[in-house]
Order: sequence, then C-alpha cells, then structure tokens
Amino acid sequence: MIELSEFLVLGAILFSLGMAGIFLNRKNAIVLLMSIELILLAVNFNFIAFSTFMGDLAGQVFVFFILTVAAAESAIGLAILVTLFRSSDSIDVADLDTMKG
Amino acid sequence: MIEQILFYVFAAVLIFAATMVITARNPVHAALFLVLAFFNSAVLWIIAGAEFLGIVLVLVYVGAVMVLFLFVVMMLDINLARLREGFVRHLYIGVPVAALIVVQMILVLGSGAVDPGALPDATLPIPDPAETGNTTVLGGVLYTVYVYPFELAAVILLVAIIASIMLTLRRREGVKHQDVAQQVRVRKEDRLRMARSFGGSGSTSTGRNDNEHPDR
Repeated sequence: MIELSEFLVLGAILFSLGMAGIFLNRKNAIVLLMSIELILLAVNFNFIAFSTFMGDLAGQVFVFFILTVAAAESAIGLAILVTLFRSSDSIDVADLDTMKG
Repeated sequence: MIEQILFYVFAAVLIFAATMVITARNPVHAALFLVLAFFNSAVLWIIAGAEFLGIVLVLVYVGAVMVLFLFVVMMLDINLARLREGFVRHLYIGVPVAALIVVQMILVLGSGAVDPGALPDATLPIPDPAETGNTTVLGGVLYTVYVYPFELAAVILLVAIIASIMLTLRRREGVKHQDVAQQVRVRKEDRLRMARSFGGSGSTSTGRNDNEHPDR
C-alpha cells in the first residue's frame, strides 16, 4: 500500500521543480507558464492524496475547480504573451518594463 | 506490491519529465515533456483512486491546454539563442533554493511524519468504490452540494474566453471587411442613380460630367 507521505513528497518535488523553473527561465515566458502549470499540478497531487487517505470527496471537487481556473489562467496568459510578442518582438520577462514598476 | 512498483515507476518518469520541462533548450520539447508529465500524473491519480480527474487531466490538459501551448510556441518566431542567456547564472540560485525546499518538505512530510489516522473526519465521505464509481459520486456531489461554485467556474471560463479574444483581436489597416451596420443604414439615394436614356432627344450628354448629374 502506498503511503500518504510518498504522495506528499512527490508533490513537494514537483513544486520545487516548478519553483526552479521560474528561477531558471527568466528569458522565456512560455516556459514560465509551464512552470506555473507544474506548481498547480503539485498542489493537485496534495489535494488528491489527502482526499484518498481521508476518504473525503471534497478534495477531488477542489481539484476539479483548480483545473478549471488553471485552464482559464493559461489561456489568458498565452493571449497576453501573444500581444507582448506583437508589441515588443520578444518574450523576455525583463522587457516588460513599460510601467516602470 | 504491484501498486507500489507502478507508483515508483510513474513517479520517476514524472520527475524526469518535469526536470526536462524546465531545462529543455527548445520550448517545443519543453511542451512535449509537459505532456509526458501530465500523462504520468493522470496515471498516478488513477492509482490514488481519482479516476475521473485522471481522465479529465488527459482530456483537458493534454488535449486542449497543451495543444494551445504548442500553437503559441510554434506561432511565435523566437530567437532560441537569446532565451538561454543567464541560464547558468540563475542555476546557482535556482537549484539550491529548490533543493532546500525539497529537503525541508521531506523533513516535514517524510515517511511516518503524517499520521493518516490523526486526520480529521471527512465532510463528504467517499462511498465504497465497488458499489458506486468515482465519476458517479463526483457528479452527484458536483450538481447538488457544489452547484453554485460549479456555475461560477463556468462564468470564469466565459470570462477567460472573452478576455483572450479581446486581448488578441486586432484591426489591420488596408484589409477589406464587412461593416454590417453601415450596410443596413444605407439609403437609396446613396447607391441608386437615375441615368437619362440615350437616343431620345438628341445629344443630351454634351461634355457634362457624370458626377454633376442633376438627378442625384
């Protein structure tokens, strides 16, 4: 039988890989979005693991809603990426400095 | 036992795929490795008993979201050499931070650290999987207890559709397109011009410009 902590450690590894992806790919906003997908996947892993081991369906329902929001997020993110590429001809995050933030 | 072997095999492939996603040189390869990662996660979710969500992950993520990613990656003409600048420099920050997070989380969540028996009672208990399938149970809850959030999720998707269309819509100059309002608003006087018949009363058009026609 698989233990709960095995799922949680797998989720932790996935989460930190997503974090490392955000650190490493500062020049490439597409891979940045993929790293965010990895982080959300790690979160979903934790929800499903706890749902299974607690025998509680609420975790799976929550994963369903996270998937919905993540799909909307990546669609809007890619649309922003396309407009960014049209206006500045690059997808470097460092080029996003017109607001002088 | 077989379950555990399957878990470790798919988890290893998942971690390998996730590593390749963040280190791949070509964004197309990164997207394809992310597809592999989603497939392995789907299998792991099915092992954990969330069959419906595993299938949804394959259908929605691999089938729709990753295809969208691939479309965008191939549509943008990216300079690959420029993308790699600073990769090694960030490696010295990114890898230690990620390793630190993994070590800390393993210390907290590692084997035996979390006692499943000490978890609180379920608010929505899962019935016996042998009697009712995962999809049936999830559907029953989704359309009764969670019907309001379910409809909110639909609204979020609608907002995403409208937002992404409005962000990428652009009017290009010099392209012919229909303006229906203008077509409907047109009047007879704008289009129709009565021409005098020729050959009746001799030569009527004596060097007069058509634009200055009196009937207009």
